[in-house]
Amino acid sequence: MSLSAKIPEGPLAEKWSKHKFDLKLVNPANKRKYDIIVVGTGLAGASAAASLAELGYNVKAFCFQDSPRRAHSIAAQGGINAAKNYQNDGDSVYRLFYDTIKGGDYRAREANVYRLAEVSVNIIDQCVAQGVPFAREYGGLLDNRSFGGAQVSRTFYARGQTGQQLLLGAYSALNRQIHHGKVKMYTRTEMLDVVVVDGKAQGIITRSLTTGEIDTHTGHAVLLCTGGYGNVFYLSTNAAGSNVTAAWRAHKRGAFFANPCYTQIHPTCIPVTGDHQSKLTLMSESLRNDGRVWAPKTHEIAEQLRKGAIKAAQVGEADRDYFLERKYPSFGNLVPRDVASRNAKEMVDDGRGVGGSGVAVFLDFADAIGRLGKDAVAAKYGNLFDMYYQITDEDPYTQPMRIYPAVHYTMGGLWVDYNLSTNVPGLYALGECNFSDHGANRLGASALMQGLSDGYFVIPFTLGDYLATIGPKPVDVNHPAFAQTKKDVTDYIAKLLALRGTKTVNEYHRELGHIMWEYCGMARTAEGLTKAKGLIQALRADFWKNAIVLGENEEVNASLEKAGRVADFLELGELMVDDALMRNESCGGHFRLESQTPEGEALRDDEHFAFVAAWEYTGDNQPEILNKEALEFEYVHLTQRNYK
Amino acid sequence: MSEFKQTFNSSLGKKLIMALTGLFLCTFIIVHLGGNLLLFSNDNGYGFNLYANFLTHFPPIEVVAYILYVAIIVHALYALILTVKNRRARPVGYAVVNKSPASWSSKNMGLLGSILFFFLVVHMSDFWYKYKFTNDVAFKEYRTDLATNQTTESDYTPVSPTFEHSATVENNVEIVRVKDIHAKVAHSFSNIWYVILYVVAMGALSFHLLHGFQSAFRTLGWVHRKYTPIVEFIGTWLFAVIIPLGFAAMPVVYYFMSLSK
Amino acid sequence: MNLTLKVWRQKNAQTAGKFVTYQAEGISPDMSFLEMLDVVNESLILKNDEPIHFDHDCREGICGMCSLYINGHPHGPKRAITTCQLHMRTFHDGQTITIEPWRAAPFPVIKDLAVDRSAFDRIQQAGGYVSVNTGGVPDANEILIPKVIADEAFNSATCIGCGACVAACKNASAMLFVSAKVSQFALLPQGQPERYSRAQSMVAQMDAEGFGNCTNTGACEAECPKEISLTNISRMNNDYLSAKLFREEHAHENNG
Repeated sequence: MSLSAKIPEGPLAEKWSKHKFDLKLVNPANKRKYDIIVVGTGLAGASAAASLAELGYNVKAFCFQDSPRRAHSIAAQGGINAAKNYQNDGDSVYRLFYDTIKGGDYRAREANVYRLAEVSVNIIDQCVAQGVPFAREYGGLLDNRSFGGAQVSRTFYARGQTGQQLLLGAYSALNRQIHHGKVKMYTRTEMLDVVVVDGKAQGIITRSLTTGEIDTHTGHAVLLCTGGYGNVFYLSTNAAGSNVTAAWRAHKRGAFFANPCYTQIHPTCIPVTGDHQSKLTLMSESLRNDGRVWAPKTHEIAEQLRKGAIKAAQVGEADRDYFLERKYPSFGNLVPRDVASRNAKEMVDDGRGVGGSGVAVFLDFADAIGRLGKDAVAAKYGNLFDMYYQITDEDPYTQPMRIYPAVHYTMGGLWVDYNLSTNVPGLYALGECNFSDHGANRLGASALMQGLSDGYFVIPFTLGDYLATIGPKPVDVNHPAFAQTKKDVTDYIAKLLALRGTKTVNEYHRELGHIMWEYCGMARTAEGLTKAKGLIQALRADFWKNAIVLGENEEVNASLEKAGRVADFLELGELMVDDALMRNESCGGHFRLESQTPEGEALRDDEHFAFVAAWEYTGDNQPEILNKEALEFEYVHLTQRNYK
Repeated sequence: MSEFKQTFNSSLGKKLIMALTGLFLCTFIIVHLGGNLLLFSNDNGYGFNLYANFLTHFPPIEVVAYILYVAIIVHALYALILTVKNRRARPVGYAVVNKSPASWSSKNMGLLGSILFFFLVVHMSDFWYKYKFTNDVAFKEYRTDLATNQTTESDYTPVSPTFEHSATVENNVEIVRVKDIHAKVAHSFSNIWYVILYVVAMGALSFHLLHGFQSAFRTLGWVHRKYTPIVEFIGTWLFAVIIPLGFAAMPVVYYFMSLSK
Repeated sequence: MNLTLKVWRQKNAQTAGKFVTYQAEGISPDMSFLEMLDVVNESLILKNDEPIHFDHDCREGICGMCSLYINGHPHGPKRAITTCQLHMRTFHDGQTITIEPWRAAPFPVIKDLAVDRSAFDRIQQAGGYVSVNTGGVPDANEILIPKVIADEAFNSATCIGCGACVAACKNASAMLFVSAKVSQFALLPQGQPERYSRAQSMVAQMDAEGFGNCTNTGACEAECPKEISLTNISRMNNDYLSAKLFREEHAHENNG
C-alpha cells in the first residue's frame, strides 16, 4: 500500500500556515452536528477534547482511570520545551526543530517536527493563560532550565511536577466543557475496539470497568490519545494501567503501526531491587543539570562498593570515572537519553556497576551542594530527592543516587500522516500514541510539548478538513459493523474468561518483559531478536492455554482487564522484535550491536533505512506486511550525531 | 432574601454563624470575668451585688443580655445541626480509630460544648433565674456614711413583694438596698459538688476556647502570616488559660473560705 | 517478613462488606505497600480466590489513584507520601495491618478497597478553571507574577485529588481539596475575573455532594501526601463569605 504523509508543499517555515489556510472549514452552525470520540485524557486527549468542544463539536471522552486527571501525563517531571528564547541564548524555532531532528537521529519527518517547534511557543502562552503555575524569576517572568540534547535553556517547568500542572490545566479546560455539556465524560471505561464502517472509523466498543457493560459509541471521527506501550517491558516508568490495547485493537482493524522498535530507555531511574518490583521510578532528567554521573575506575573499587565495604564518598576523585564528561566534553552530563543510557549499560557490562545488584551507576550532587548549598539544591530538586529517599531509604544529600536506565517512552506508535490521521480515514492518533515527531529518540521535555501541540493546535484544524469532507450526516448505528464488532469483543472476553489454567497473567507479563528487556532492550542483535521471536510465540501460545483469569464480565474484574492488556502486549512484543530485526542499523534508542562506529556510537544506515516502517496487520499469527514511508530531508543535513 | 437564606444554609454560612456567635460569646466572658472579679474585693459583696443589680436593671445591658442568650442558643443549635450533617457524611465508620494528628480539643468540641451547655443550665437556673424571677434571694442594706466613707450592712426585708432595689441618701448617709446574690454565691460555692462542677466546666471552657477562638478566625478567613500568631497567642493564653483560671478560682476560693468559717 | 492483614472485602456498593484476614508471607522490606498486596493477590489467584481490589496507577505518588486507609491513617503511618510510596520497611515482622477503604458518604465503595471519587471531578467541573479558549491568549511573559505568588499558587496546585483529606477528617469534609483549587486561581492574576463566582460554584457543589463541614482540626493537612496547607481553607472562606455578603457576582451559570 502506498503511504502518503500528505506533507504540504512550500518552504518548511510556511508549510503549516499555508496548510491551515488550505484546510476545509466546518461552519459554526454545522459543528454541533458532529460527534467526536476521544479515547484517553492525558495531555493529548484532554487538550483535544477541550479544544474541539470549544469549537462546538460534541465530544465524548473516555478514560480507564477514575478521573481524567489521573492519566499518566501527570507523572512527567522535568518540563516542557518551547522556542521562546526568553533567555536570549540563541534559541529559535529553527534551533528547536534542528535539535529535535538531530536528537531523534534523523528518523522523524522534517515538516512535523518543524510544526511542533513552531507551535511550542503557543503552548506556553495557552498554559499560562489557564493558570498553570510555572516557575518564575523574582521579576515575575518565566524561568527556564536546561535539558539533554540542547545547548540552550528552553525548558519551562513547575518544580518537578510539570506534567501534573500541564495536565491539570488541560483537565480544567476539559472540565469547563463538561460543565457546559459539550463533552460527555466516561471514566472507568476502557475502549476495546474501533468500529470501521465502509473503511472509515465511525465508533468504538467500550467496556465499563465497574459494571462490565459492553457499549457501542458512534462518532464521525475517533481520536486515540492512549499513550505509549512501554509496559510491554513489564518494568517501566509507565503507570500500572498504561497499555497498548486501544492502539493495538485499532491496528488489528487496519491502522498501521509504525516503528514499534523505537523505545526510549531513560538513563536516570531508580534501579531494580528484586523480583517483586512492579514498576520503576524515574528521576527527572533535570537532575543531570547539576548531578554528575560516574562509575568507579576499577573493578576492585566497584566490587568493594557492591559489597558495601566502602561508601561512595570514600572513593577519591582520582578513582572516579565521570564517563559522560570524559567522552562527551561539550554536552557532558547533558547528552541525549539514548547516549547516556548506553554508556551506563557499558559501565555495568564492564563490571564497574555499583549498588547491591551491581546494576547501577552514581548520580552525584556533592559538587552542586558544595557550589550552591544544600538549600538551593533542595529548592530545585527537593521533591525528587524525597521520592528517592522514600524508595531507597538512602539520603541523596549525603550519598550519591544510584541510577540505571529504564524503559520510559515509546517513539513508535500508530502511523499518522501530517494531519495526524492514521491510514484508516476518521481514525486519528495523538500524543505518544502516534509515531510522528521524535524519530528514533525523544529529547527530554518534548513529550509534553508534542501531546499538547497535537491536542491544542493541530487536531482542531486538521480534523475539520476531514469532517467537512464527509459531511454531518448522522452515523448509522444500525450498520452491521457495529453489531459485528460488539460481538467480536464479547466473544474475545468470553475466551479470556474461559482461561482457568495454572499461571497468573502477571507471570506471563513478567516473562514477556524479561524477554523484551533481554533481547529488544538497550542492545539488540539479529541472533537475540530471532530467539526472542520464538520465545514470545511460545509464551503467547502458553498464555492461551494456561493463564488464569478469574471472575466474570459483569463486575469489577481487574483480573480480566489485565488479561486483555497482556494478551495484546504478547502480540505487540513480536511485532517489536520483527521491526528491530528488520531495521539492520542503529539509530537513537534502537541499537543494533552489528551497527556501531569504532567508538561504539550508534551507526545509521541512511541509504537503506531512512524510512518509516509502517506495519500492516494481516490476521492472527500471520506475519505483518512492511510498508515504507521514505523520509526526505530537504533542510537538515544527515550526519553522524556528535555530542562530543 | 433567598440569597441570604442560601448563604446561611451553605456549609460555610453555618460555620460563619458558629464563628460569629462564638466570638461574641468570647467578648462576653471577658466582661463577665471582669465583673465577677468583684467577688474577690473584700467588701462583703457590696460591689458584686451592685454590679449584679446594674446588669439586670440597666436597659441597654438587658438588651445585650437577650442577644447573648440568643447567641448561646444559636451557637448550640447550629453545632447540633452541623454535627448531624457531619455524622451523615460518614455513615460507615472506620474499624481502626483515626490516628491523624489533630489536637484533642479540636476533635471534641461537641463534647466540650455539651458540658458547657449543661453547666450553663445549672448556672443560669441557680443564679440568674432565681435572682430575676424568684424571691429566693434575700436583700441586703448597705449604709455608707459619706463623710467617713464607712459602710455598714444589715439584712433587709422588703415591705412590698415587688420591691427590687433602691438607693437613697438620707442625712449624708447613702442607703442601698439590693438583692444579696453574693450570699447566694458564697452559699453555693460552699458545696463541694458545686465547686467540682464549676471547675470541670471551666476546664471544658479552656479546651473549647483553645480550639474555638482561633478556629473562628480561620472560619472567617482571617489568617495572615503576621497576625495569626497573635490570634493564637490570645486564644491560648487569654481564653484558654487566664479566663478559665479566673473563673475557676472563684468557687475554689469561696469553698476554702467556707471551710475556714 | 510475615504479616497479618485484615482487609475490607465488599463485592460492590449494593452488598455489605466485612473484614477478611490474610497472611502475607515472605515480604521484603524493600517492597512498596502495593507490591506487598500484589504478592498476596498472586497467591490468591493461584488458589482461585478473588484478588483484593484496590485503586492504583502511577505508583510514584502523583496520580492520586491509590487510596488505602492503613492502621488508622490514610496512606499509612508516614507523613507526606501516598500509599504507593509507602514501603514495607515501615512495618515490622509479625505486625497486624488493617486496611480499609476511604469512608465517606460521597465516596461509595465500588469494590473492596476502591471507592468512587467522582464527586471531586464534579466539584472541579462546577468552576475549577479559568475560562479561556484555546488560542487568542497573550504572550506568557505579558502576565507578570511575583515569584512568591507563583510559588504559593504552585503549592496549592500540587493537590493530587486522592481524597486523603476527606478520609482523615472526622467530619469527612472536602474543604482542603476544594480550597486548594480555589486558592490556586484566587492567588494568580489569571484567576481574578472569576474569583468570586468560582468560590461560590465550587462550594455549592461540594455541599451538594454531601461532604461534612470543616472544624479546622487540621487532620487533613497532617495526612495530605502533598502537604497542602490549612491556610487554603481560610483563603477560600474569605473569598466565599466576601462573595456572598459583600459582592454582587453570581455563581457560574450552566450556559457559557
